[in-house]
Amino acid sequence: MLRDEDRIYTNLYGYEDFRLEAARKRGDWDGTKDILARGRDTIIEQVKESGMRGRGGAGFSTGLKWSFMPKKVDGPVYLVINADEGEPGTCKDREILRHDPHKLIEGCLIAGFAIGATACYIYIRGEFYNEASNVQVAIDEAYAAGLIGKNACGSGYDYDIYLHKGAGAYICGEETALIESIEGKKGQPRNKPPFPANAGLYSRPTTVNNVESIAGVPTILRRGPAWFAGIGRPKNVGTKLFCISGHVNKPCNVEEEMGIPLKELIERHAGGVRGGWDNLLAIIPGGSSVPVMPKSICDTVLMDFDSLREVGSGLGTAAVIVMDKSTDIVRAIARLSKFYMHESCGQCTPCREGTGWLARVMDRMVRGQARLEEIDMLQDVTKQIEGRTICALGDAAAWPVQGLIRHFRPEMERRIADYRQSIAAE
Amino acid sequence: MSASETPAGPATFEFTADNLALAQRIIAKYPEGRQASAVMPLLDLAQRQHDNWLPRAAMDYVAGMLGMAPIRVYEVASFYTMYNLKPVGKHFVQVCTTTPCWLRGSDEVLAACKRKLGIGPGETTADGQFTVVEVECAGACVNAPVISLNDVYYEDLDGPSTEALLDTLIRGETPKPGPQNGRINSAPIGGPTTLTEMAQRNGVKPASQE
Repeated sequence: MLRDEDRIYTNLYGYEDFRLEAARKRGDWDGTKDILARGRDTIIEQVKESGMRGRGGAGFSTGLKWSFMPKKVDGPVYLVINADEGEPGTCKDREILRHDPHKLIEGCLIAGFAIGATACYIYIRGEFYNEASNVQVAIDEAYAAGLIGKNACGSGYDYDIYLHKGAGAYICGEETALIESIEGKKGQPRNKPPFPANAGLYSRPTTVNNVESIAGVPTILRRGPAWFAGIGRPKNVGTKLFCISGHVNKPCNVEEEMGIPLKELIERHAGGVRGGWDNLLAIIPGGSSVPVMPKSICDTVLMDFDSLREVGSGLGTAAVIVMDKSTDIVRAIARLSKFYMHESCGQCTPCREGTGWLARVMDRMVRGQARLEEIDMLQDVTKQIEGRTICALGDAAAWPVQGLIRHFRPEMERRIADYRQSIAAE
Repeated sequence: MSASETPAGPATFEFTADNLALAQRIIAKYPEGRQASAVMPLLDLAQRQHDNWLPRAAMDYVAGMLGMAPIRVYEVASFYTMYNLKPVGKHFVQVCTTTPCWLRGSDEVLAACKRKLGIGPGETTADGQFTVVEVECAGACVNAPVISLNDVYYEDLDGPSTEALLDTLIRGETPKPGPQNGRINSAPIGGPTTLTEMAQRNGVKPASQE
């Protein structure tokens, strides 16, 4: 188990005040000027060395992403923080925003400096009204204390941070949709290339990072990349916020080491599965977009990017959705299909039409009101969506259904047989 | 709902003096010539000024202020779900029913709304006090099920606590936000398993170690 002294988010549960004075006592904004004095290249190198992989779901090396930014540019360069947290199961960034916003603001300064940014926009989902208010307070405090703005931290670097609120669209968690949204448009993803590093916000070089990726950076640079890289398993290092929801005795958020066994995570921190581990049916380990895993996999799997990929699922946002044996697993996944139908931006035909199709067929599958061969047809339709859209929402809609078919096909078949029988009996 | 379905609403709309000043500050967050970026916050501001819904006149006003074609503003207003294009109740009860909330009993939360208020999702009480809607993931899943009431989250609900919450509102009082089952934020109920020293320093008892 991760030791308390190795936790980054010491105010995760909001036991203390979120404002500057309390944040400083927790170690935030300590020696920030010295960190900046290491220089852009060193900071990027150290973040690379730390092994930090993006915490928004894709797991791409944060330092490497920064290194894609052009080195010499005239004019504006942007850092954009993705705080549009909305992946079902995920509620980790919310805790940083409301309880530890100074970690994020300090991270925004360091990251912005490293990529040569002139300004930063933090895009927070509109529903997080009170969370955004706390972030705004933290931004105002940081300006007043000279930590950001002109000559930030006395470093000679000028840097502005602005808050921008969303208004209810999951798709804006996709980085180019988020950029469109800041520009005042519908949140419809852009074709890539060009990648944001070349032409992002206002067609300027832009890096988009998740809240947790950035908020961890100041601590990593203070304690040294070797500290972070020494936690977890090779290529899957550091600490991670896990959100444990669903059928556990004590749902909670917790910061743990990457690679902790799933069973240990749940039993140690979430009070175990309701009715005991043997009452477990299945777990979605990384937010709604990753495939569901039956208990047999959950028994031994480790919670990190590579371990979960090896078993055909993914770490995603590390949002662990637990379902016990009382769960109507088909309905649980059908509800996700409805979610993706609702959230499809409508731009690409396979996704716009496909998500609706999946939701309608899944709705029938809940009741078993289908023909057996429609299970294969459902699988086939997910394959017609997957990989055929501008952004990953299409894939995200396809995978939960694929996971269901892969692991729970007999349950789907049983429902169809039962429904047939009930019709025949009438 | 598309913008064309918006009820007529008032013929004109303009910001109050305070909101106009706030709008100018919002516009100043964005670079010269990029004032369209302010469309979302200004629509939000307009909605807050206008009983939590956006009449056509407000969209046109924002379009004029930002030099945008009105259709671009309608597109934004109809794309994002938080803009209400028709009137809603004073208490806007947004019940999350996505899978993590559903697993923890969002059906009972909706049923409690129906029992107490006599309305289902998408409906408004005759006195205009309450509107109930189903929303997609509210992003507070370890505190499921969740209601977002106007701007405030009420968490860890069940049928009875939902009814109690609505009763408090009916009495004209403000319910205590956050978890309704006595836990602190997203820590496990009964005390944290981590950050124990931090918890004790702040008078919180950690989980008992067996």
